[in-house]
Amino acid sequence: MYFLELVISGIAVGSLYALIAMGFVLIYKATGVLNFAQGEAIMVAAFICYYLVTRFGVPFWLAVPLTLIASALLGAVTERLVIRPLLGEPVFSVVMVTIGLSIFLRSMAGIIFGHHNYVFPSPFPVKPLQMAGIVLSHNHLWSMIISFSLMLIFFFFFKFARLGLGMRATANDQDTATLMGINIKSVYALTWGISFVVAGLAGVGLANVMVLNVGLAFVAISAFPAVILGGLESIPGAIIGGLTIGILENLAGGYLDQIVGGGVKDVTPFAVLFLVLMIKPYGLFGTKEVERV
Amino acid sequence: MPIRSKTFCESYHDDIKLLDTIWSKCWMGLFILGLLILPYVTDTYIVYMVNLSSIAIVAAVGLNILTGFTGQISLGHSAFLAIGAYTAALLGEGLGMPFWITLPAGGVVSATVGILLGIPCLRLKGLYLAMATMSFGIMVEYVLITWKGLTGGERGMYMPEVNMLGHALDTDENMYYFLLCITALMIIAAKNIIRTRVGRAFIAVRDRDIAAEVMGVNLTGYKVMAFALSSFYAGVAGGMYAYVMGHIHPEHFTLLSSVEYLAMIIIGGLGSILGSIFGAVFIVAVPEGIKLLAQGVESLIPAMQGRYDEEWNIAVFGLLIMLFLIFEPGGLNAIWQRIKVGFKNWPFTY
Repeated sequence: MYFLELVISGIAVGSLYALIAMGFVLIYKATGVLNFAQGEAIMVAAFICYYLVTRFGVPFWLAVPLTLIASALLGAVTERLVIRPLLGEPVFSVVMVTIGLSIFLRSMAGIIFGHHNYVFPSPFPVKPLQMAGIVLSHNHLWSMIISFSLMLIFFFFFKFARLGLGMRATANDQDTATLMGINIKSVYALTWGISFVVAGLAGVGLANVMVLNVGLAFVAISAFPAVILGGLESIPGAIIGGLTIGILENLAGGYLDQIVGGGVKDVTPFAVLFLVLMIKPYGLFGTKEVERV
Repeated sequence: MPIRSKTFCESYHDDIKLLDTIWSKCWMGLFILGLLILPYVTDTYIVYMVNLSSIAIVAAVGLNILTGFTGQISLGHSAFLAIGAYTAALLGEGLGMPFWITLPAGGVVSATVGILLGIPCLRLKGLYLAMATMSFGIMVEYVLITWKGLTGGERGMYMPEVNMLGHALDTDENMYYFLLCITALMIIAAKNIIRTRVGRAFIAVRDRDIAAEVMGVNLTGYKVMAFALSSFYAGVAGGMYAYVMGHIHPEHFTLLSSVEYLAMIIIGGLGSILGSIFGAVFIVAVPEGIKLLAQGVESLIPAMQGRYDEEWNIAVFGLLIMLFLIFEPGGLNAIWQRIKVGFKNWPFTY
């Protein structure tokens, strides 16, 4: 029973990881860049939602769409200011720029919001759902529903929508995509916008489950392993990776903590990440990069 | 006296000389003289800052060998500093060994770990390598905090003072000359590695690994060598850090400090030893600059009193990384070269 409990709470955490991982995958799929500032996007969205609800008295159901719009704008502005100038530069530069952006945003948030914890006004009933002895909070249920429906939406989007195909083409080869008449600039802006919207959803979800503070941004770093495990460019991979990491970290925390003395839960995702990279670097569903001379 | 003309060399040996003209030798001599008399003309605080920069220089040179010259991104550099620092502390404080054993030992242990990390990482490139080194860094940090029996956990470890021929180097001025010698040695070694076969192989691996392999560069060997060299430098830098600080703590070796070293080589200039020096000094000096600026603003505008916060330094780091990558990808080194060429060609533009 202890095992099952751990697995269930692992799935609950994992569905949030999956939501975060999807934001990473979107940007990677369309632009070939891993956005290290995703966690900051999550944190900022959570704070926007918090301020809308508590300071301006906006009802929660209205605050969420407003937050998502704000996130989309933030994403587009970020792309315009930081990523656009580096169009066509090596991946290394773009990745480093997102690292720079992430520490900039995080410390600015630290200056503005301070480092204390905020209590997020959760709209869900505190009493968890109980089904056949399994306890699940409303919040986790919702994040699971959102993750899975987003996965379906994105699956069809990348398979059939003109824009989705354009994004994949851009990721594959920027130059050729331009020659084929794809407007790379708008593809970039849209991708960042959409990805920040996903981050916004994750932010609202996370703030409900965890305490709201600037450290929320670090959760995204724990979602990296999920992204790598699932494969950097696979949306279903993000979900499966997220759930697996969530379960593994809970099991490791539940069983190993007594032996080594604390903190196993936080380091497990990275041990898994390291192992995955050693054994199967392109993850479960990633495309292997084949080089021919 | 002949007017200095555009560089031209008659032999390959001339071309790769470290100091090519009589003028560069003179300037170098003056610079070294300036470094030697520095403690006599400035106060202890500046000397202390220079000490910190010299540690940063050794670490940044190491990272530049791996990331700048060989093109392997590492987000776990501070883990290697940690390994060097803790090795030095264990040998120095625990076994009472002198610095000429602890510092190289720190480097060697760190290099061994670097090789062990480098071998499985050979298949990884770019983003994936960055992820692998990042998770390595996080795991090392976890071990430092958890393995209390070895590392002292959150309390950290203490380090004795450097004992030079029976004299304890207890002041910053004494430490200054000690660190200056080590840093100079490390820089000269790096300069020489880069201009020989090994360095050229590194650069070939960075520019096009497949082409390099076709031309007879042993990819496996040189990648592992780059990892080993880089972590050796980091290990020595970690040992120096332990000696200067006197106390080491897991919090000194986080992901953020790894990013800081990356910031140094990006701001200084990737693939340039001089660039790593510029970058390291710049990053050490920036927080001081911000502090001065904040004090100035506070005295001018009373409303800003007490608004200064360590957080501003980190924000400025992030901003600097972004600005340099967008506007000056060659870093400070590129600016320096432009200035130099400008002077050389004066009064003509080129």
